Amino acid sequence: MPRLEDEAPGTPNVIVSDRSMAENLTGNWRNLRPIIDPARCTGCLICWKFCPEACVELTQKVPLIHMEYCKGCGVCVEECPPACIEFQPEDAS
Amino acid sequence: MKPSIPAQETMTSGHVACQGCGSTISMRYALKGLGTNTVVVMPACCWTILAGAAPQSSLGVPILHSPFAAAAATACGVKAGLEAKGDKETQVMAWAGDGGTFDIGIQALSGAAERDEDIIYVCYDNEAYMNTGIQRSSATPAGAWTTTTPAQGGSPRPKKDLDAILRAHAIPYLATATPAYAEDMVRKFAKARRIRGFRFIHIYAPCPPGWKYDPGLTIELSRLSVQTGIFPLYEVEDGRLKINVPTPKRKPVGDFLRPQARFKRLSPEDEAAIQRETDRRWQALSQGS
Amino acid sequence: MRKVLMGNHCAAVAAALAKVDVVSAYPITPQTQSVELLAEMEASGRFKGRFMRVESEHSAMAELLGAATAGARTFTSTSSQGLAYMHELLHWVSGARLPVVMVEVNRALAAPWNLWADQTDSLSQRDTGWMQFYCSDNQEILDTVLLAYRIAEQAAIPAMVVFDGFVLSHTYEAVDVPAQEDVDRFLPPYQPRQQLDVKRPLAFGSLTGPRDYIRLRRRLDGDLRRSIELVERAGREFERIFGRRYGLWEEYRCEDAEALLVASGAPGSTAKEAVDALRARGRRAGLLRLRAFRPFPAEALRRFVKAQTPLAVVDRNCSPGTGGIFFQEIKAALYPHPAPPPVYGFIAGLGGGDITQELLEEIWLEAADKRAEPGAARVEPVWMEDPR
Repeated sequence: MPRLEDEAPGTPNVIVSDRSMAENLTGNWRNLRPIIDPARCTGCLICWKFCPEACVELTQKVPLIHMEYCKGCGVCVEECPPACIEFQPEDAS
Repeated sequence: MKPSIPAQETMTSGHVACQGCGSTISMRYALKGLGTNTVVVMPACCWTILAGAAPQSSLGVPILHSPFAAAAATACGVKAGLEAKGDKETQVMAWAGDGGTFDIGIQALSGAAERDEDIIYVCYDNEAYMNTGIQRSSATPAGAWTTTTPAQGGSPRPKKDLDAILRAHAIPYLATATPAYAEDMVRKFAKARRIRGFRFIHIYAPCPPGWKYDPGLTIELSRLSVQTGIFPLYEVEDGRLKINVPTPKRKPVGDFLRPQARFKRLSPEDEAAIQRETDRRWQALSQGS
Repeated sequence: MRKVLMGNHCAAVAAALAKVDVVSAYPITPQTQSVELLAEMEASGRFKGRFMRVESEHSAMAELLGAATAGARTFTSTSSQGLAYMHELLHWVSGARLPVVMVEVNRALAAPWNLWADQTDSLSQRDTGWMQFYCSDNQEILDTVLLAYRIAEQAAIPAMVVFDGFVLSHTYEAVDVPAQEDVDRFLPPYQPRQQLDVKRPLAFGSLTGPRDYIRLRRRLDGDLRRSIELVERAGREFERIFGRRYGLWEEYRCEDAEALLVASGAPGSTAKEAVDALRARGRRAGLLRLRAFRPFPAEALRRFVKAQTPLAVVDRNCSPGTGGIFFQEIKAALYPHPAPPPVYGFIAGLGGGDITQELLEEIWLEAADKRAEPGAARVEPVWMEDPR
């Protein structure tokens, strides 16, 4: 078995986290994909406001859901005032 | 349309919270209110994991992890250390769950509150030890299912009234908040930032796996907790209580309880008892006590 | 400047001379006067750091965890139950590599209640990754606190300065209090490697997997071993500035000794009287007074001992089921020795019993004359009755 050699003094003696969790893509957790109907979207930003993933981007008009992070929780689907966000099964898309 | 709360995000996407987690929405709002001139101290809780395993972090502010019972004391130490090094401005926020606040952390919390230490202590309350898999805490309401109360058919005692305990410490600021009322929560953190001394913010954070409901309902349950009077939104500034979301016509508590499978064993009598207790507390609160 | 100070006051004076930024403490007998004096010095402006009164020892050390991570130089003081209550934080602080310095006044652990000197409290924290230095007079307490900051900050390892409850903590002795400018020369301001800083938002103490965790523990083990060198170097620098020499241990009349007493703390001071008395009677006695328990000077000890010179180890502590802790450590250190001397263990003075000169002479004679059963005593300690 390989030996764990001691490190030279001067190398870090604690690990501090200096990278972002944004490197970690959580979109593959999702079973249902929220789809915004741009024709009915009023741009009210409720979906942005309540997103637990902070993965809805404010844009000029229709918010953009970043699917590489969206876990498909459905909060935006439930909360959208004009009910213009629909869930579609991931298999279908 | 202009967003109703600050657009800047200090919590990143990519964290590993469960779908629909109420505490992550709350963290977003907390940092929108406080800004990035903030250090966060975290005892053992869901956020030990959600903050990110080394070498990643899900927050754009410094984090110090602390032992379970030590959130308040560690935060006081950070504040003292920063001041000693000439930084008088940075806010220090302890961010603890209900286990780390109502139970194991209450000694350090009470000590820091009593001494009026210049920190913000936040309890994100999801009413059980959720990180270890839904064990009863003293924040668990009567009748709620947990993995450690099978013989009792649910938590055998009512939720501890922690806010009353904190108010008895005569702290300059105490507030309750829940994510359905985003603007209210952000405003409370922004206000807390401008106050010196010990500030306590109690966040009611719905937990889909622990409360056993569809994760899409997180905001709806958060809203119902306020509309039914289960978790009234108020703030106490220098002893003066103000109810922030008046609910002249409160909804029946069943509207909040029934979507949650943790309450599925409640009998109609149990529900009536919860309604009576909620009415009593609402009455007391609306009289300013 | 010469002053007459009690042991506890020496600790406080040293902390103030070290320009500590944050003190967080909770009262416990027999440590209390050290923090009381710091509070007084805060009131009179002689101590310029922040003095924090907490509601428990657990919170005291937690505050220092926070303050030291923010880059502050920190101090606390405790004893016995207080130290045991801090235990969780001791591991945390060493794992975080924070150079917290703590004065630990030895007092027996309950049950039953007891207020008096006994090293089991500090020695039971052996595996927490802290350095431990044992003092045998008040001057040494003051000097060792200054040394502890120097060594701890260089090694990035916390340090305990340990001395006997009441015997030293409450006894007044004449002490040379160094001048501030000399202390400043010896002890530069603390420069942490990294700290909590909103301009560079790092996370400290995040969840770590086994691959990194074992590497960090390997590192702490190696750094604690290597700190032997830092202890010796700091001792030499201290001597240059203050004229007093402190090493890993103190040797007293060891050169031609038939047998050696091995003691620590205040009994290490009494043992010199015992050695002198034995010498006056024609017996060649000597003393090895241990100062550093962590880092443990195992290699130096192997070089120092002689096969024909038995060691009589005096322990005012006990790990139930295995006996005196210094006895165990010394035996373990000598295991690789090709021809180790006989090592006898003696347990005395638990719970504050007097370890008198006569008792120490008796212990030395037992080892020197092999009156302690040969063989058996090397395995099991001899228990000595309280002489009063």
